[in-house]
Amino acid sequence: MMDTLMLSRIQFGANITFHILFPTITIALGWVLLFFKLRYNRTGDMAWMDAYKFWVKVFALTFALGVVSGVTMSFQFGTNWPGFMESVGNIAGPLLAYEILTAFFLEATFLAVMLFGFNRVSNRIHTLATVLVAVGTTMSAFWILVLNSWMHTPQGFEMREGVAYVTSWWEVIFNPSMPYRLTHMLLASGLTAAFLIAGVSAYRLLRGDRSEGVGKALRTGVVMAALLIPAQIFAGDMHGLNTLEHQPAKVAAMEGNWETRGNVPLVLFTLPDEQARENRFEIAIPNGASLILKHDPAGVVPGLNDFVREDGTVAHPPVAPVFFAFRIMVGIGMLMLVASWFGSWQLYRRGTLSPWMLRGFLAMTFSGWVATVAGWYVTEIGRQPWLVSGVLTTAEAVTATPAGMVASTLAMYLAIYAALTAAYVWTLFHLARRDGASATLGQATAAQFSVAKGGARIAGPVPAE
Amino acid sequence: MDAFFGGESWLPVAFVGLMGVSILLYVILDGYDLGVGILSGLTNRHKDKMIASIGPFWDANETWLVLAVGLLLVAFPFAQGVILGALYLPVAVMLLGLILRGVAFDFRAKVDAAQKIWWDRAFFGGSLLTALSQGYMLGLYILGFERTLVNVAFAGLVAVGLAAAYAFIGAGWLILRSEGALQKRAVGWAKVSLWLSAIGLAAVSIATPLVSERIFEKWFAMPYLLMLAPIPLITGALIIALHQVLKALPNHNDQLSWAPFSGAIAVVFLAFYGLAYSFYPYIVPEQMTVWEAAAADESLMIMFIGACIVLPLIGLYTSFIYRIFSGKTQDLRYY
Repeated sequence: MMDTLMLSRIQFGANITFHILFPTITIALGWVLLFFKLRYNRTGDMAWMDAYKFWVKVFALTFALGVVSGVTMSFQFGTNWPGFMESVGNIAGPLLAYEILTAFFLEATFLAVMLFGFNRVSNRIHTLATVLVAVGTTMSAFWILVLNSWMHTPQGFEMREGVAYVTSWWEVIFNPSMPYRLTHMLLASGLTAAFLIAGVSAYRLLRGDRSEGVGKALRTGVVMAALLIPAQIFAGDMHGLNTLEHQPAKVAAMEGNWETRGNVPLVLFTLPDEQARENRFEIAIPNGASLILKHDPAGVVPGLNDFVREDGTVAHPPVAPVFFAFRIMVGIGMLMLVASWFGSWQLYRRGTLSPWMLRGFLAMTFSGWVATVAGWYVTEIGRQPWLVSGVLTTAEAVTATPAGMVASTLAMYLAIYAALTAAYVWTLFHLARRDGASATLGQATAAQFSVAKGGARIAGPVPAE
Repeated sequence: MDAFFGGESWLPVAFVGLMGVSILLYVILDGYDLGVGILSGLTNRHKDKMIASIGPFWDANETWLVLAVGLLLVAFPFAQGVILGALYLPVAVMLLGLILRGVAFDFRAKVDAAQKIWWDRAFFGGSLLTALSQGYMLGLYILGFERTLVNVAFAGLVAVGLAAAYAFIGAGWLILRSEGALQKRAVGWAKVSLWLSAIGLAAVSIATPLVSERIFEKWFAMPYLLMLAPIPLITGALIIALHQVLKALPNHNDQLSWAPFSGAIAVVFLAFYGLAYSFYPYIVPEQMTVWEAAAADESLMIMFIGACIVLPLIGLYTSFIYRIFSGKTQDLRYY
């Protein structure tokens, strides 16, 4: 039987995993919607508005899921982690308060105008509402990432009787990992939204939906991904170097490196064995890790054995989850690079994507989710055993609630999150089919394509599924 | 003034005030959309229109709950664990309810009729579950979190009372925002839920001074008895007046259609005022005062300044939204 600490960790992990799926989309999708709207304002081309109208529905659904899972999370601070606020509430409190005050109300209120207000307000106010919602989601990301970064690299405070007091808000907000983490996450959001847009648009094209708005959305998604991915690889590398400086144990786990030494190989695959404190079945590139982290083949890279206390207890994160999550994230990043650049090249040369490329993008619809979640696992599991690095351990902050009670709520949350994720994905493609059906029926009058009865499928150069 | 602040910092008091305002706004605002959710289980014909009437507002309404619990977490770090820990299971049930109704709202508009029925059920069930668990928590809070059989029964009564109160606020909202057959149904719902809520309110009013000698003293010692007597008297008068108004509704000119909703706000305000008066300065009943629970003054000050700047802005754009979506509800369409 697991204890309250482990169950609470799994519960919060499940909650935050489920939660981050949705803001990751909405943070960037808000700006993409603004792009669609501005293109429409500029060109008067209804196809841009069609793209807006479809994606604003997706935005609304995604936003709703983000809101409800976010509410759940804020309550869990109190129900499962009372020690967090008791110890560092003076720092976490104002940051959370500013997120609620400056972002949540703004988003929630103006989303109504975006969704239902097109015929009730002027076009200019409608555009303004779109701007405010995009600003709101980004502002929310800023405050929460400031807090999260502070938990990784805390500064600007002093401890008095187990309670943190702020000495400099400037230092708290601009803590060392904040700029890197914020950039990395915003780019991750951009890539997640880009691949979602490209994937769903590819799905519609594969079904024979030739509405102009779909083509525009596909192009937006693919080009956006191609532009963001090199920036993300660069930002990720910088973030890694920043982590090496401030949280060496995390980097040691990411690299699967046990001993502090020079000429450390880049381990591509292994099964890290924490009992024997060694790697099994290692496949590695000689000097690779030293080159990446120190830009020198002889560079000394910290190892996990430095973080074992005299009494034998371990003060570094669990190795295997950090090691594998990091490889999943990087692997998907590489796939994204290949797919988006090749796709952009095809779009540039042929003006369209080949059926195989469309299938590729469809398969990668949720690749951003996997990479983002994997990345968060790296950084959050990589911070263990600390909740706030060097200040508060996860075990110190947990509730005294009996394990059985936590287990029962955990089971409830897992069930509902699984069901809702499935419902979300299903509804997303259902929306794409429904929107496609009405759009193609409308376009059929243009006599450009022949419409087959029953599913509004169109015979054309692109095979329908 | 010194007696009011107990000779201590005014900031924790300001924050318990802010939290009170958030909870009050939440109960009124999310109260009407939770109420509409509960009532949506009683009809098939009017469902779409009922839900359309709260469409542009529910999300911002719920944000007041986030602010309220946020203020509890950030301003009273030493009380949050005690309160939310004691309410662990009902909080989880409430969150389940909030999740179900929040997503059902969006899902139901995007799927086919066959699945829509299930999301409609989730919307109704989630709304009811949210209301019941909030009432249950209120009941336990009043009794100082002690779980005896009698206390749980009392909390159950408060749960039903609060659900009825939300239903009444929701019915009042529908009377204001709808017309024709739906408005007529809403008047019928209001008549029943009014008296159910009144029973719940009476139960809370009687129980609160009985469980705590301190609260008994605060209400029944002279001269407070005379100063406070108007609160229950006005509340009682309002409930009887609402009962009379409902008899005159609906009518041809839509006269007084604003009255049930406004009356509901007034009753909620008075009830809330009474509770706040009873418990102040305790944030955990009989255990922890606002000063004992509060965060450091410097941190509270940073938040207080922010709140003073931002809250008026929130009020401003919220009223703007209510102006855009004013009048009788039309069918909601994305464009």
